[in-house]
Amino acid sequence: MWELASHSLDIAKLRGASYTDARVMHLRQRDLTTKNGQVGTLAQSESIGIGIRVLAHGAWGFASTERLTREGVAACAAQAVSISKASALAKKSDAVMAPERAYVDGWQSPFQKDPFEIPLETQLALLLKADEEMRRVKGVTLTETGLQFRKIDSWFASSIGSRIHQRKVISGCGIGATSFQGDEIQKRSYPNSFGGQHALQGYEVVEALEIVKHAPRVAEEAASLHGAAQCPEKRGTLILGGSQLGLQIHESIGHPIELDRVLGQEANFAGTSFLTLDQLNKLKYASDIVNVVADARIAHGPGLGTFAYDDEGVPAQCTDIIKDGVFCGYLSNRETARLIGLNRSSGTMRTESWNRLPIIRMTNISLLPGTWGEADLVADTDDGILMETNRSWSIDDRRYQFQFSTEIGWEIKGGKKTRMLKNPSYSGITTEFWNSCDAICSRDSWVLWGTPNCGKGQPMQTMGTGHGAAPARFRNIHIGAAFSKQ
Amino acid sequence: MSPSRKKPPSEGTPVALSSERDLRGLIAAVVRLGKAAGAEETEVHVDEGAESLTRFANNGIHQNVAEHGLTVSVRTIVDGRTARVTTNRTDEDSLRAAIQSSLSLAASQPKDSGLLPMPGKQRYRVVRRFVPQTAALWPEDRARAVKEACDLAAKNGQVAAGIFSSGQTQSAVGNSHGLFAAYRQTQAEFSITMQESGAASWAKGNAANIREIDPRALASRASSKAHLAANAKELEPAHYTVILEPAAVLDLVGFLFYDFAATALEDKRSCLNDRMGKKLFGGNIDISDDVYHPLQMGAPFDGEGMPRQRVPLVERGVPRNLVYSRASAKRAKKKATGHGFALPNEYGEAPMNLVFAGGKSSMKEMIASTGQGLLVTRLWYIREVDPYEKVLTGMTRDGLFRVESGKVTSAVKNFRFNQSILEMLGNVEMMGPAVRATGEEAFEMVVPAMKVRNFRFTEVTKF
Repeated sequence: MWELASHSLDIAKLRGASYTDARVMHLRQRDLTTKNGQVGTLAQSESIGIGIRVLAHGAWGFASTERLTREGVAACAAQAVSISKASALAKKSDAVMAPERAYVDGWQSPFQKDPFEIPLETQLALLLKADEEMRRVKGVTLTETGLQFRKIDSWFASSIGSRIHQRKVISGCGIGATSFQGDEIQKRSYPNSFGGQHALQGYEVVEALEIVKHAPRVAEEAASLHGAAQCPEKRGTLILGGSQLGLQIHESIGHPIELDRVLGQEANFAGTSFLTLDQLNKLKYASDIVNVVADARIAHGPGLGTFAYDDEGVPAQCTDIIKDGVFCGYLSNRETARLIGLNRSSGTMRTESWNRLPIIRMTNISLLPGTWGEADLVADTDDGILMETNRSWSIDDRRYQFQFSTEIGWEIKGGKKTRMLKNPSYSGITTEFWNSCDAICSRDSWVLWGTPNCGKGQPMQTMGTGHGAAPARFRNIHIGAAFSKQ
Repeated sequence: MSPSRKKPPSEGTPVALSSERDLRGLIAAVVRLGKAAGAEETEVHVDEGAESLTRFANNGIHQNVAEHGLTVSVRTIVDGRTARVTTNRTDEDSLRAAIQSSLSLAASQPKDSGLLPMPGKQRYRVVRRFVPQTAALWPEDRARAVKEACDLAAKNGQVAAGIFSSGQTQSAVGNSHGLFAAYRQTQAEFSITMQESGAASWAKGNAANIREIDPRALASRASSKAHLAANAKELEPAHYTVILEPAAVLDLVGFLFYDFAATALEDKRSCLNDRMGKKLFGGNIDISDDVYHPLQMGAPFDGEGMPRQRVPLVERGVPRNLVYSRASAKRAKKKATGHGFALPNEYGEAPMNLVFAGGKSSMKEMIASTGQGLLVTRLWYIREVDPYEKVLTGMTRDGLFRVESGKVTSAVKNFRFNQSILEMLGNVEMMGPAVRATGEEAFEMVVPAMKVRNFRFTEVTKF
């Protein structure tokens, strides 16, 4: 692989590139699902190829090919240079990157059990057992389970001399029960919606989730929701479960801090951001107890945003995003870092595959743990609603106004979790919401949640991101607007 | 627009796709390997694409990409079990390994009593959507069009961002019973956002034929509307009469497509459960699925190679028909309509080529007939809040305007909506002619602009 990658750098240089990087990537994936006790999807795929990014005449070009021969790679490199010359016809200014040194390194994400080595029969038997446990519950009309495994090898070479090989193993697992009754469809998922929990780990993730044990509760809650009281519309106290808070972080902190959005580069599709450059180190984003980091290092945990180097050859870093409630950092790459006068990229360039250009993506955007025990937080809440497991999510194209709904809610009265509520939702303005946070649970209930389906870029790329979160409490929140009859 | 006639000194051109003969040969070779490996039946999909996309922002190109890829996907059946393996390695050893993996995967599962044998030869209606001029578009062609749009923005004191893409794709499916189908198409797209004084507007076109895309006109339209969108005023969220441009209609009604899958009804996750044959929408709503419609795109066959049929889904507001894969058709004692996904899968099928009948009103007439209302350019981040009542939430984006006494009078700050699509399609007062609409949330369909009463906005944002 190194020989081909190096060859692409040589050809691009000969054709006039001032900078080139190339990624040979080999992606393997296995998907298993069941539905109503039958095997649904049973599929495996692999894809291998090279993507070559060049800077020539001050403008960018990118081309990719699966022809992994010297001739194929040479033609691809020449095409990338040719495209960059076309880009120069309509460039605004020369692209320049913040400095970075060369690295020669290899890294493999740690895992205990290679999911591709676990017998398929074992994996399917686990899913079918969980499916069966859910189907035992009266009122359940649809049961679904799934496993997804990925193994990604990438060989990164750049014209400044970097040669970095990384291997990542990713595992995901989840179950769901749906109940149709009268004029309602209700659903419960475990451990999260979007196919469950996903992490940069091996089969041990699946085993730790104990899906068979949780299956009856999931199914019973789905069926019980029909008889639950409707979540009222009001302003009040909200406690968010960890996985829902992870998605709240993703949408209302993770996306607005992407510097390409801030600088208008995503204006046509993903949108821009309210976090204009004048807000850095000034905006009171959140209450004093809120601390958020972008941390791609393995020390932070095995998240979907964990790696050793980004896809621009920059080492994984931890960047403060919100410190004691004050906004203090963006996600950047080498080009945007220089554009705003930073000395170095924060290392967040990531690509979905060999045929996609790396773009700025979230790594692990995590809310650091607070001090509360979960039971203490509920006991301290006189009147509130606890919402768990995302059902729908939406936010405007500058990331101010959002609305989320969850699968289930629980009324809290006099410090006790009381009756179940159906169709819970809440909405607000990002900074008002985060400034209303008055309690965050401790590391005991902190989980690094994986969001496997973040879409961005044109052509669209899907990326996994990590979000560490523990349950937290928010005051004076608009609850229930989505289902209001007003 | 048209590609330049003189070939520029560039190697950025798209590669030529494999010929149909090559595809047929590749599929036959894989079928032979399957038989040799012990597969009772073998199905092969080949998908190939050569696509390029030029991306611009801040009045200049900042990303510019090209890709070429070919994948072979193999499904085998042995002893009532099936599984799929996909690879982009096409040497014989890799294809043999893919078949072996498919057989191993299949053998690992319990026998499926509902699994059907693969279909035999079929007859297909010919659709021609491959336009050589689109396939031959050069990076320089796209760059020149982008530069023109960016120059217009600069001249008007605005900032442009968007994409200009072009490409060619093809799909073929064949199996060990002699079935073979192949389809190729070209596609070009120009999308532009113009920004002025903290406001923005947007225009987009998508077609198989590059000559039907006019970047200059789209840029000019977005520029004029961005100017109108500046200085937006805040209105109270409430129920309003809205005039939805086709892109806004598309991104809403696009959420309905899977509800017409027979499997979705079997699984009781469709909003049409217990509602088939009953009046659900207004009497002015007629919807069909029709891949052969001149404004549609896509292959005239499904994931098993079955020919797609035109299916009338909604007639005068009443949902009448569903679409079926071979398996769901057998369970329902109906005929397959050619809408199945590639097997194995748990979702069954879906109509992918929705066509609304539409009406005859122009946008001008819809605005002129409105005393108090809102004109909506497009919507954003739409998600399903209630799957049975089909309540969707989302935001307006890139141009929300107040209509008073039959005229567009001012820009309005963006709203969040929570609106049942079932109710919405019961409240349509006027419709324009159906057009090939393109948005960002749904795949392209043929839908009209609509004037809708009582559309529910629940909150307002800051811009």
